[in-house]
Amino acid sequence: MNNFLDSFSNFAFRNKNFIFLSFLIIPLLWLGVVYLGSLLIFLGHSFFHLDGFTGQIVYEFSFKTLLELFSSPANIDILIRTVVLAACVTIGSAIIGFPIAYYMAKFTSPKVKIFLFIAIMLPLWSSYLVRVYSWKLILAKEGIINWFFEKLNLEWLLDSILSTPVIGGPSLSISYIGMFLVFTYIWLPFMILPIQASLERVPNSLINASHDLGANKRQTFYKVILPLALPGVIAGSIFTFSLTLGDYIIPYIIGTSKFFIGQAVYTHQGTAGNIPLAAAFSLVPILVMVIYIYCAKRMGAFDAL
Amino acid sequence: MKIFNIIMGAFLAVGSSSIYAAPITELGSPEGELNIVAWAGYIERGETMEAFDWVTSYEKSTGCNVKVKTAGTSDEMVALMNQGGFDIVTASGDASLRLIAGKTVQEINTDLIPSWGTIDERLQDAVWHTVDGKHYGTPYMWGSNVLMYNTEAFGGEVPDSWNVVFEEQTLADGQSNKNRVQAFDGPIHIADAAMYLMYHNPSLGIKDPYELTNEQYQASLDLLRQQREIVGRYWHDAFMQMDDFTNEGFVASGSWPFQVNLLRPNVPISSVIPKEGATGWADTTMVHADAENLNCAYLWMEHQLSSNLQSDLAAWFGAVPVVPSKCVGSELLGPEGCKINGIDNFDKIYFWKTPVASCKTQESCVPYYKWVTDYIAVLGGR
Repeated sequence: MNNFLDSFSNFAFRNKNFIFLSFLIIPLLWLGVVYLGSLLIFLGHSFFHLDGFTGQIVYEFSFKTLLELFSSPANIDILIRTVVLAACVTIGSAIIGFPIAYYMAKFTSPKVKIFLFIAIMLPLWSSYLVRVYSWKLILAKEGIINWFFEKLNLEWLLDSILSTPVIGGPSLSISYIGMFLVFTYIWLPFMILPIQASLERVPNSLINASHDLGANKRQTFYKVILPLALPGVIAGSIFTFSLTLGDYIIPYIIGTSKFFIGQAVYTHQGTAGNIPLAAAFSLVPILVMVIYIYCAKRMGAFDAL
Repeated sequence: MKIFNIIMGAFLAVGSSSIYAAPITELGSPEGELNIVAWAGYIERGETMEAFDWVTSYEKSTGCNVKVKTAGTSDEMVALMNQGGFDIVTASGDASLRLIAGKTVQEINTDLIPSWGTIDERLQDAVWHTVDGKHYGTPYMWGSNVLMYNTEAFGGEVPDSWNVVFEEQTLADGQSNKNRVQAFDGPIHIADAAMYLMYHNPSLGIKDPYELTNEQYQASLDLLRQQREIVGRYWHDAFMQMDDFTNEGFVASGSWPFQVNLLRPNVPISSVIPKEGATGWADTTMVHADAENLNCAYLWMEHQLSSNLQSDLAAWFGAVPVVPSKCVGSELLGPEGCKINGIDNFDKIYFWKTPVASCKTQESCVPYYKWVTDYIAVLGGR
């Protein structure tokens, strides 16, 4: 027995790769089998279809379900609605997040910076549901925003904003405007932090050099700072974009009850047993993200990693 | 292959043992334990609110310790029962027949439940737990959806038709109902539309709102598309609907007595079952085919009928006891409790069941998964 253990330890000592692999095998199995395996099996279901008469899944390879997904106008609506909102939320977060990140990276003392970090992270410590519910109250017809507009005698302004076709509605919480506000609020930290990290890495000497060479502030920003910070913006946008694509809780609480991709997946696989269609729906965000990340890579977003 | 055979063998063994099991004829001594699959809020032991407790007395008198596993959907309940390890389940109308067909639950001997005779006669042989004259469960509780409305917006009048949530109109307060009414966001709401058409458009020949031919189904969808125009937001969660009626200016919607009871102290709210009728639910306690604690299970079914469970659960859930005599003399339920929760409306209620392709009243019907796809489209304005 001792002999065996000896030769085993010798073997392990000489073959460094063996040790390396034996330590890594559990996380690799986890990633490969439990995570990717189940995901692939689920997605593979999109090539099966539901028998129209019995409602049972037919385990034969076909494109029927995918065709159904892309031929029904209701489904196309859901896809477009989700992608457009995700894009708007991403752009909105970038516009709000960039100045905050810029201020944090370049103009604050270390103490203020820590304070701002905590201020940005703090909401993430409380429950997501609580934050969304409180937004429902804030945006409600008898909520604080309405009250504020009333006190200023500006109801006409709010009403005219809400009467905008498509994005408006009977109240802020029952409109795309409200959904946009809530999504932007919820995902904003995920935009600020990567931008802040990338701005930290822009050397001040480069900015000084740009000024020395005669560039004004605007030119310095567009020609030096923004290109160097772009990887951070794109990393942040991947977060906000993909998180909005997959969310199914906010659309249940805020908005006009029109479905988003996440809800469609949830309903089709949960109550209807239509797993093929649910799988086909979940393929879409993955495809969109692959295209998005590919484009981001072409733009050099990952060169700095 | 060997493993496969063993697994299949195990399945067959389990299957065969239950297929031929006749109901027991005599009770033995209690086993000391009872495992229940139930809806949330159905099995209370005073931990949520002290006054609502119908488990402690059972445990004391029988010595059976109750363990509860709550389930959120009927699908989940069926899955848990198929998995095994549970003795009884509080199954709704759509799950109960599936469980019987799958031989997951066993026939019960009603003679072993002394209070069986006290059950509402209309429920004793209900089709969702009685097959070929055999009983597969004991009725637990039933309830109906109601039309909840704001009494101020309706000027003190009681709406007598669901049309206030289906058709655009001016309400008694002079404003349109557009964007002030709600509807349930689950596909089963299609049955509510079918029920409305059953009354108002008899030429369609709808006999059962859960069994619709394609033509009847399309007519229901058209009605729902019209409803989409006046519904600002659909409701999904009881507490969110209560918030909408408090802060968002909504004045009418299909709802549960649960919300009505909770809202009434703060908002001028009342409810009614309109002339078209209403959809509702009826749950049954069923015993697992391989229940390990059969005696405790029978004792529970007696307990559920004879104890404070019926009246207190009805008060807790906004439901109606299956034992009508329990309507009187309960402090929690109050003298009017059963009436408020709809006991007089039994005949107007279409109890919830899953739409299937092979149906009784028509040649063939639109199955549930189509309901899901199409209702999503309706919500999206298609």
